[in-house]
Amino acid sequence: MISRNYLEAKTIEHLLEKYPFITEFLTDNLVDIDEKDQRTLPELLNSLDEETLEEKAINPEEILEGVVSFANQMIEFLGIGENTINELTIVAGYNKHGEKESFDKLTIKKGEIISIVGPTGSGKSRLLADIEWGAQGDTPTKRSILINGEGIDKTSRFSSGNKLVAQLSQNMNFVMDLTVFEFLELHAKSRMVEDEEDVINKIFDKANELAGEKFKKETPITSLSGGQSRALMIADTAILSTSPIVLIDEIENAGIDRKKALDLLVGEEKIVLMATHDPLLALMGDKRIVIKNGGIHDVMDIISEERDILHELTKLDNVIQGMREKLRHGHKLEL
Amino acid sequence: MNLVTVSGPPSSGKTSLIIKTIESLKQKGIKVGVVKFDCLYTDDDILYEKIGVPVKKGLSGSLCPDHYFVSNIEEVVQWGIKEGVDLLITESAGLCNRCSPYIQEIKAVCVIDNLSGINTPKKIGPMLKTADVVVITKGDIVSQAEREVFASRVNSVNPKAVTMHVNALTGQGAYEFAGLIYEKDEELDTLKGKKLRFSMPSALCSYCLGETRIGEEHQMGNVRKIDLEDKK
Repeated sequence: MISRNYLEAKTIEHLLEKYPFITEFLTDNLVDIDEKDQRTLPELLNSLDEETLEEKAINPEEILEGVVSFANQMIEFLGIGENTINELTIVAGYNKHGEKESFDKLTIKKGEIISIVGPTGSGKSRLLADIEWGAQGDTPTKRSILINGEGIDKTSRFSSGNKLVAQLSQNMNFVMDLTVFEFLELHAKSRMVEDEEDVINKIFDKANELAGEKFKKETPITSLSGGQSRALMIADTAILSTSPIVLIDEIENAGIDRKKALDLLVGEEKIVLMATHDPLLALMGDKRIVIKNGGIHDVMDIISEERDILHELTKLDNVIQGMREKLRHGHKLEL
Repeated sequence: MNLVTVSGPPSSGKTSLIIKTIESLKQKGIKVGVVKFDCLYTDDDILYEKIGVPVKKGLSGSLCPDHYFVSNIEEVVQWGIKEGVDLLITESAGLCNRCSPYIQEIKAVCVIDNLSGINTPKKIGPMLKTADVVVITKGDIVSQAEREVFASRVNSVNPKAVTMHVNALTGQGAYEFAGLIYEKDEELDTLKGKKLRFSMPSALCSYCLGETRIGEEHQMGNVRKIDLEDKK
């Protein structure tokens, strides 16, 4: 941890050598710096004239406080051990009619997949928000969320370090003007991973394994097909996102190997919650949650009869996927 | 009464966010009023009326919207008190990116969206840098990675703020946001004597006063020129 006194005592050269990420903060706040500057940061800020301060909307006091908060967040962030969350527990609350939910506690462990079913407007968003913000009996459902069996205090729920949940949905698109490589590089940089090149290659290879059609590192992300985009998003979330919990809102059945996608997420020790009405996906889960009237109506174990159905469905699905491939390559279709 | 100032670039989702937040606040029995500031046109007041919220709008017309805001905010507060609301929300669009509408000791919220490009946090001045809460919207339509990168850029510009993702369409996160902006024990009677957090964008040149002709001889007052020299 660094303090305000430390900041006021050390030269800029010393500061940036020890904490290079402060450069990013200062340039983002439009403060020009020289890495070899022998003055302290307050000295530099005091040397700026009134016009420059006004012009660039710089408030020296805020910059100094900002550097301290930012540096400490980064120090904490860099020191965090990977994925220290082993299980997530949902403690029952009440539905819209004030009736108690039909379970007491549901604990989901690392590497488990839970599917969520229920009609639109039944309360799926509320459940996802309860998990994302670590509800502590203070939301309309009165549910509580426990991490590793313990509650979450209010400050960490709303701190910028709260990255409990990553989300993947049907509607998501890439919007940046970058190639696949540049995009992965940017994400890796923002996460400050050490072996950037390795991580990028790993994600790239996995994404191509998931995608029906292969793509290149030089492909702009905005011109990837729906399936390729989904594949890249999933591989990237699995490998590069800090969030231990992944919420998935459907994965369409086109251009992506969904079984492999789920295997990848589970293999990276994520807790996966998946809202879906696709029987094939729903049956890949370990359990399923049924939502009705704003509450969890039922928690069902997937029984062996259903597993047999999964087997049949997979066969059917393979037939359809096979046909798609044939169509794509201009072959004649036949059963 | 509580006062919260919400600002953000046009179409970032301010109104949708506020409407979803009001729904959550209503459930808690908190009475909310809204004053919408805009430049030339808005019909958002109709949206607020529809959900039964007392609302006023102010159009700045040919004036700088920020200057218009600060010249009216005390009257707006008195209106809110007269209406008997528990929480008054002002909504104003950050049009010039140098906008600086926040007041010391008054909760300040900046709304920006994931679609606005990763360099946007750098481009927005005091409106983002001095906010207490930064709400990032439209996270449902961009990838997780872009959300993470965008949030980290926001954090690097304003590390002291609570940065949160809210889906202003489904309301995911709006309940949590509502919990952050209302303090039961806070009582605001007047803004007189309070100060802005940062000076507003300034300009006073002949064009401010209605000049339309182009050319050096018509330019007076606070004028600045682009540096078009080739750099050696």
